[in-house]
Amino acid sequence: MFNNFFHKLASPKYFYGFSGRLLPWLATGFILLTLAGLYYGLVKAPPDYQQGDSYRIMFVHVPSAWMSLFIYVVMAGAGAIGLVWRIKLAEVISISSASVGASFTFLALVTGSIWGKPMWGTWWVWDARLTSELILLFLYLGIIALHNAIDDKRIAARATAILAIVGVVNIPIIHYSVEWWNTLHQGPTVTKFDAPSIHLSMLIPLLLMAVAFKLYYLMVVLMRARCEVIERERNTGWVKQLVESQ
Amino acid sequence: MNSDSLTRAYTLLLKRDLILAIRRRAEMLNPLLFFVLVTSLFPLGIGAYPELLETIGPGIIWVAALLAAMLSLDGIFRSDFEDGTLEQFLLSSHPVSVLVLAKVLAHWLITGLPLLLVAPLLGILLGLPADAIRTLLLTLLLGTPVLSLLGAVGVALTVGLRKGGMILSLLVLPLYVPLLIFAANAVDTAAAGLPVTAHLSFISALLVLALSLSPLATAAALRISLS
Repeated sequence: MFNNFFHKLASPKYFYGFSGRLLPWLATGFILLTLAGLYYGLVKAPPDYQQGDSYRIMFVHVPSAWMSLFIYVVMAGAGAIGLVWRIKLAEVISISSASVGASFTFLALVTGSIWGKPMWGTWWVWDARLTSELILLFLYLGIIALHNAIDDKRIAARATAILAIVGVVNIPIIHYSVEWWNTLHQGPTVTKFDAPSIHLSMLIPLLLMAVAFKLYYLMVVLMRARCEVIERERNTGWVKQLVESQ
Repeated sequence: MNSDSLTRAYTLLLKRDLILAIRRRAEMLNPLLFFVLVTSLFPLGIGAYPELLETIGPGIIWVAALLAAMLSLDGIFRSDFEDGTLEQFLLSSHPVSVLVLAKVLAHWLITGLPLLLVAPLLGILLGLPADAIRTLLLTLLLGTPVLSLLGAVGVALTVGLRKGGMILSLLVLPLYVPLLIFAANAVDTAAAGLPVTAHLSFISALLVLALSLSPLATAAALRISLS
């Protein structure tokens, strides 16, 4: 049954209809979770004993940083699926993810910089994690540039998939850079193996925001993928029917 | 197709690329000159303070090596792409990744290895201590093949494009960053008189990783670029 579902989903026509029905749910979930996360994060959570109120930017910063890595892995994974099984939809998802991922990376850098000014006293330090995030942004921009440079959409998608897979080697380096270089950026506080060193009242809004960001990504990537699918399939019968019916 | 004929194809391809390079000796010198020129521009731009040069020397030399390697990358596949030889490689019964490895090795012998010859000279120009120069040579020996191997992936992806050069640097430079960090740091550490085994091990690990995986990626990229 599952197999059947995925087979159907991989067909552009079915995907277009299915994602169209999914979008309102994703949007509702995103708005509700964001409101809840912001309420608990900005109003309910107590101020930090050292950082005061300025730590609250973390509720945007940390989920964006997580998303920047997550989307890259999704992009490379979808790209690999597209390369191996020649599933067009995987290619579309892969390339639609690139600019969303780049935006999240940029957001993580900007919010980190805004937080860094009062906390560390400077907008930017050449710390390992910041640098890796910057390199991640460059990787995203390289992928977008390569995609724009190749005229044939299918070849472009496959070329960027290769580049994304090569770049994925960089992801573990980014993730473990904290332990390797151990510089100015604070160590991980949520995924430590013993009890997390973040208090529950701050953890809950953080996780709410993280899920909200995931839903947002899903929503935007589906919207972009729908455009891309329509553009690629513009000569097929179902797209013509769709255009005529509207 | 047995392994003997594959070895033969590999050595023939290597020999062909080397002969082609030796016939055009002037072109071989260009990356080398670029390397020396860029490095010697820094003291002119920053000011020739010995302590300052010693601190930033390793980084400058490595960045210059990286740029020199990147500028010469385009030559790996360009002429073969233009005269159709590359398509013959893809059509041959040999695994493309092995043929790619021969081409990358040739490229490294032509453009990477000569950098090692002038690097000690540049080290002296920038006032690096002897220990640091030894480490610099070791890091260049281990690191420049990584530059060629990773660069080959980028070239393979952009070889069919009209304006590939600019995009190539966008694709390749971020991938070079870990190598740059560890190599320049190793030379710095050596200059301070500390052991650099860990750095060298890490660069070796990068080399092994690039050696085993990048020819596969390059071959796949070539197939896409020529499709």
